[in-house]
Amino acid sequence: MSQPTFYVSPEQQVKDRADFARAGIAKGRSVIVARYADGIVFVSENRSKSLHKVSEIYDRIGFAAVGRYNEFENLRVAGIRHADVRGYAYDRRDVTGRMLAGAYAQLLGTIFSAVMEKPWEVEIAVAEVGETSEGDEIYRLAFDGSITDEPQFAVMGGATDKISAAFSSQYVPGASLADVLRAAIAALIADPRGGASLTPDALEVGVLDRTRPSLRKFRRLSVDEITALTQAKPKQGRARKTATPEAPKTSAISEVDTEPAKPIVDSEVKAPAPRRRRTSKAAATSEDAAPDNGDTKVTETGETGE
Amino acid sequence: MNEMTQAYLLDPTSSFSEFVARTSPNFLPGAATGSAPHDLTPTATTIVAVATSEGVVLAGDRRATMGSMIAQRDIQKVFVSDDHSAIGIAGSAGIAIDLAKLFRVELEHYEKIEGAPLTLDGKANRLASMIRSNLGMALQGFVVVPLFVGWDAPCGKPRIFTYDATGGCYEELGGYQAIGSGSLFAKGSLKKLYNPAAGLDEAMTVAIHALFDAADDDSATGGPDVYRRIYPVLITVDASGASQVSEDRVADLTQDVLKSRATSPDGPKAGVR
Repeated sequence: MSQPTFYVSPEQQVKDRADFARAGIAKGRSVIVARYADGIVFVSENRSKSLHKVSEIYDRIGFAAVGRYNEFENLRVAGIRHADVRGYAYDRRDVTGRMLAGAYAQLLGTIFSAVMEKPWEVEIAVAEVGETSEGDEIYRLAFDGSITDEPQFAVMGGATDKISAAFSSQYVPGASLADVLRAAIAALIADPRGGASLTPDALEVGVLDRTRPSLRKFRRLSVDEITALTQAKPKQGRARKTATPEAPKTSAISEVDTEPAKPIVDSEVKAPAPRRRRTSKAAATSEDAAPDNGDTKVTETGETGE
Repeated sequence: MNEMTQAYLLDPTSSFSEFVARTSPNFLPGAATGSAPHDLTPTATTIVAVATSEGVVLAGDRRATMGSMIAQRDIQKVFVSDDHSAIGIAGSAGIAIDLAKLFRVELEHYEKIEGAPLTLDGKANRLASMIRSNLGMALQGFVVVPLFVGWDAPCGKPRIFTYDATGGCYEELGGYQAIGSGSLFAKGSLKKLYNPAAGLDEAMTVAIHALFDAADDDSATGGPDVYRRIYPVLITVDASGASQVSEDRVADLTQDVLKSRATSPDGPKAGVR
C-alpha cells in the first residue's frame, strides 16, 4: 500500500521549508557583524574555544554563521576552498567578497530548492575589508540563498529584532573598535533567552583589520584583548546616533515581524544573486522573513496574524 | 568557475593540493607538460641556507639559465611560505615557482580549515609528498629540488630540510646547506665561513659570500649585479617570524662583501691550525 499523495502548492511548500529553516536558526545565539573605523568586527556569543562561528576565508574576507554547526562548517570550508582555488588560479586580488557571496547564494539557493533534501538551517555573513572604509562590504545570506548587502552591520540568529534594535540604538558608524564591540555586547545581552551579562570568555570576536601589515587581515581577539577593549573608557561627548526615526528600545518592537525601520539597513540591495528563480510570492516570503527571522512569522496566508 | 559544487562541500581533505588534484587537476604544477623536451623551462640555480641560534637565513641568486644562455637575470627563487617558514627551489623554474606558490597556499589552506598551523615537521613532510607527486616529471628531466627552512617554536630553534627528486626529506643538522648547480662551491665556502654562534647579521653576510663563491665558479649562478642593482634575495626566519630582507639592506651587505673581495678576491681566509 503506497501512501496517498496530496497536492501541496509550491507556495505552501516554500513556506513550510522556510519556516523549518527559520525555526532552526532562531534556536541559536546571535552574531553581529559591523563596520568600525579600521575594519569590520564579528561578535558572537560562543562558549566553545574550538568550534568557531567566525572565521577567516581569505586575505581580506571573513565569515560568520549561525544555525546548525555541521552545515555552516561545510559552508565555511567550501568558501575557503573556493577562495583558495580562485586565488591560486588567477591572482590573490581576484578573490572578492562579492564573488564569494554570489557563490554562496547559488549554493544555498540550490540546497533550499532541492525538494529531496531538508533545507539548511543556516544564515551566514561574508564581509570584506577594503583599503579604505568606503571599500568595506558586508553581505548577509539567508538559508534560501537570498543575499542582502548591508551598509553598516548585520545581525543574524535568534531574537534578531530585539538585538538589532538594541544595537542600532548604540551603534555609531565610523566608531572605534572598542565602542562598536561594547555596543555589540550590550546588544547581544538583549537576547531574552540569555543572561544579564556576557563575560569576555563567552565571546568569540574576530576582526578584519585593514591596518594589519600582513596580507591577511583577519585576526581573532584573545580574551585579554576583549577584556581590555571592553573596559576602556567610552569616549566622552560622542554624538549618539544622529537619525533615529525608529523604536528606540526593545520593548517597543512589536511582536509581529514589522521589519524594524532601521534607517541604515533600509536601503537593502538585492545584490548579485544570479540564478534566483523563485515565484514572486515565494521570494516575497523569504525576503520578508530572511533579514529578521525572529520567532514570529507573518505569512501571506495570514495564518499567524489576525 | 564561480560555482561551488558538491565537492566543495563534501571533500574530506584539509589539503589544498589534494583537493585541486580532484577538482581541477590542470591547475597543478607541470600538469600539462606531458612528455615535453626539458629545455622548455629555464633552470633556477643556487640556494643557500645558514642557521644560527637566533634564526636562519635563506638566500638565492637571481639567475635562470637555458643551456648556456641566461634566461633571466632577476628571477626570485626563495619565498616566504608562511609566518615561520620559507622555501627556496632549484631546478626547472616554471614548475619550481608554481610549486612554491602551491606550497604557500597549501600551508595557509590547512591553517584556515583546521584553525591551527601545521607543525614544522608536518610542513616539511607535506612538501616531501608534493615533490614526490612530481616524480613523473622529474624522470622526464623536470627535476625540482626545494630547500625548506623554518623556526620550530616548540624546540626554540631554526631547522633546515633538504629533499631529493623522489621526495626524500632530510633534516640538515650541520647548520648550513646549499642546493642547485652552484651548491658544490657554495658549500665549500660555507664550510669555511660558517659560525654557529654568529648572529643573523653575520649569517646574512656568510650567505652572500657563499653565493658569491658559487657565482665565481659556476656559470649558471649569477653574482651581484651592481650596475642594475640586482642582488641576492635574502629571507630571515626567527622567533618573530619570516620576512624578506629589504633590498636596501641586502645592497649594503653586498657592497661590504664586494669591498672585502676587492682586496681579497677569494674571500675571507681561514687560518690553518
